Amino acid sequence: MPRRTMIEAIRDAMDVSMGRDNKVIVYGEDVGFFGGVFRATQGLQAKYGKSRCFDAPISESGIVGSAIGMAAYGLKPCVEVQFADYVYPAYDQIVSEAARLRYRSNGDFTCPIVVRMPTGGGIFGGQTHSQSPEALFTHVSGLKVIVPSNPHDAKGLLIAAIEDPDPVIFLEPKRLYNGPFDGHHDKPVTPWSKHELGEVADGHYTIPLGKAAIRRPGSAVTVLAYGTMVYVAQAAAEETGIDAEVIDLRTLLPLDLDTIVASVKKTGRCVVVHEATLTSGFGAELVSLVQENCFYHLEAPVARVAGWDTPYPHAQEWDYFPGPARVGRALIETLEA
Amino acid sequence: MADAGMLRFHVPEPEVRPGGTPDFSNVTIPKAGSVPRPEIDVDPRTIRDMAFSIIRVLNRAGEAVGPWAGLLSDEELLEGLRHMMTLRTFDARMQMAQRQGKTSFYMQHLGEEAVSCAFRKALKPGDMNFPTYRQAGLLIADGYPMVSMMNQIYSNEADPLKGRQLPVMYSSKEHGFFSISGNLATQYIQAVGWAMASAISNDSRIAAAWIGDGSTAESDFHAALVFASTYKAPVVLNVVNNQWAISTFQGIARGGSGTFAARGLGFGIPSLRVDGNDYLAVHAVAKWAVERARANLGPTLVEYVTYRVGAHSTSDDPSAYRPKAESDAWPLGDPVIRLKNHLIQKGAWSEDRHTQAEAEILETVIAAQKEAESHGTLHAGGKPSTRDMFEGVYAEMPPHLRRQRQQAGV
Repeated sequence: MPRRTMIEAIRDAMDVSMGRDNKVIVYGEDVGFFGGVFRATQGLQAKYGKSRCFDAPISESGIVGSAIGMAAYGLKPCVEVQFADYVYPAYDQIVSEAARLRYRSNGDFTCPIVVRMPTGGGIFGGQTHSQSPEALFTHVSGLKVIVPSNPHDAKGLLIAAIEDPDPVIFLEPKRLYNGPFDGHHDKPVTPWSKHELGEVADGHYTIPLGKAAIRRPGSAVTVLAYGTMVYVAQAAAEETGIDAEVIDLRTLLPLDLDTIVASVKKTGRCVVVHEATLTSGFGAELVSLVQENCFYHLEAPVARVAGWDTPYPHAQEWDYFPGPARVGRALIETLEA
Repeated sequence: MADAGMLRFHVPEPEVRPGGTPDFSNVTIPKAGSVPRPEIDVDPRTIRDMAFSIIRVLNRAGEAVGPWAGLLSDEELLEGLRHMMTLRTFDARMQMAQRQGKTSFYMQHLGEEAVSCAFRKALKPGDMNFPTYRQAGLLIADGYPMVSMMNQIYSNEADPLKGRQLPVMYSSKEHGFFSISGNLATQYIQAVGWAMASAISNDSRIAAAWIGDGSTAESDFHAALVFASTYKAPVVLNVVNNQWAISTFQGIARGGSGTFAARGLGFGIPSLRVDGNDYLAVHAVAKWAVERARANLGPTLVEYVTYRVGAHSTSDDPSAYRPKAESDAWPLGDPVIRLKNHLIQKGAWSEDRHTQAEAEILETVIAAQKEAESHGTLHAGGKPSTRDMFEGVYAEMPPHLRRQRQQAGV
């Protein structure tokens, strides 16, 4: 099976979708001729023409707002916001418009759009290229929110997102574009070409939205993670020697609660990990759901490891980023509690 | 002479406040028929002055004059008059229904009926409007059932939107009427996106965007103009300048640009101003802009100069911020009376027939109201089910909503 980087897998997902359905339109800042600053759309304009893949003005509300209009017309726009940090001007269009159009019009108009955006840190991007705003979207009824952690999933989830009849926020952990990353920034990264999850089949396949994957089976403690933190959690388990079960949520909304509950009932312990800031982060929702559904199986308080409640710093990136050491400590504390 | 040294902060003020004498002497009204009608493929650079004039067809004697006249037959004008009268009567009844507690909220069109009623007749089936809350004439003039509108206003058991939306936020794809958000300006860029999609699909349908004077200050308005200009989208960009954004006079959003139409000039978009209380002028300009869009000539910006005679909504009291008699002093008159006088002047209508039509229309609206009320009003009779509240968030209900619906006991 061919191996692809996450960028190549994402590009392949759009390529396959555009090839199968001429209603799929791809645009965003620098997306057309150049192929995007991360090259996710490279070659698509040459292959499908300027009507299907084109450059947009630097206006995130304009990009998402026009995509909503296109979706109302009957097309299936898959637009790129250059960094998740830039999505805020489009927030009104996403929250008040895309998310509610089906509901408020009673299905008269619908909004099958995908808004792709690179998310998270680990690239010395400072506060404007490193944020993880997923909780701003999981709080919104009417949206679906996806964070893939590897090329195989990224392709299958993106094709599923493009084919989904509702608006999907597709957050791509940019630190994973070229290889898995376990938080050890001083060690070289294994490229996707040497990783089994870099195996990406040609052609069309989907991964259903709302289904988590167990990346590392274990019996002592459940770790709930997504995106880059899946690798950090796996590294923490290896380094502490703790028999942790690592669950890659893949889709945050709708959430695969069944997989989470089955695991925590089995292990009796749970640690939640995300890059995003702690307070009101998606971890708070996960902890609530775990205690609501698994309280009588819990043998320790549910722990959270997250970004500190500061803006994302530049020079102090590796003091900020929740690495294997912090996650490992949380695993030990949870087991000792 | 400018004095350097101390900066001064400038906040524009309307000419007159409550207690003062209304004064519109600053509004320059060109003579009817005086503004030329260019070809639709005119070079936009040669008609920049049109953004500062006002296209008018009906003169003070009720005659249709000038190059924008002569597009509509008597039958079409009589139909237009009937649409405007229907909208006005509909408004009056729904305004009263709100006061009677039959619904929570209502927004009327008083004084602005010509804008949406005449515009609709310039479109073809399949074209799509992205309206604000003050364009219900688009539905009335397209034959959308009044009963359905009332069912929506009452949020009753027959509400097409299942009680989910604030009153007057209608939606009808079939009648080319995009779901009204209630947020301001968001629909403007969506209209441009819809038009881009139509062009991408090599379709022949066009879009119409709608916004009020106040909301042109939103960034979505400017994004829409950039996208429309860049991609030459087949869209008509309508700005309804009714002078007031709730209590804020239009000068606060307009700033130093002179007119709202002038906003289009920096984008190279042909930008016209039209007498919004002149049914014939609105229709003629709309038709010109629609033809441009359909001929691949790109967007047109149209500012409708009109006046919001009524309150912003049933939650508003204009006497607190503008003179009571200001609407009487509005120099462009009343759209219904002006079209009526034109038809009488042509011999196609009479005071008696008008009085008779008013009675007939009132009867029709009351009959529709009775039918709607048989399905319930906001606080009485049939209403959408609690189960409906949980439906339609997604195409397929996800597990968490299913669990919450069970918790709600429905």
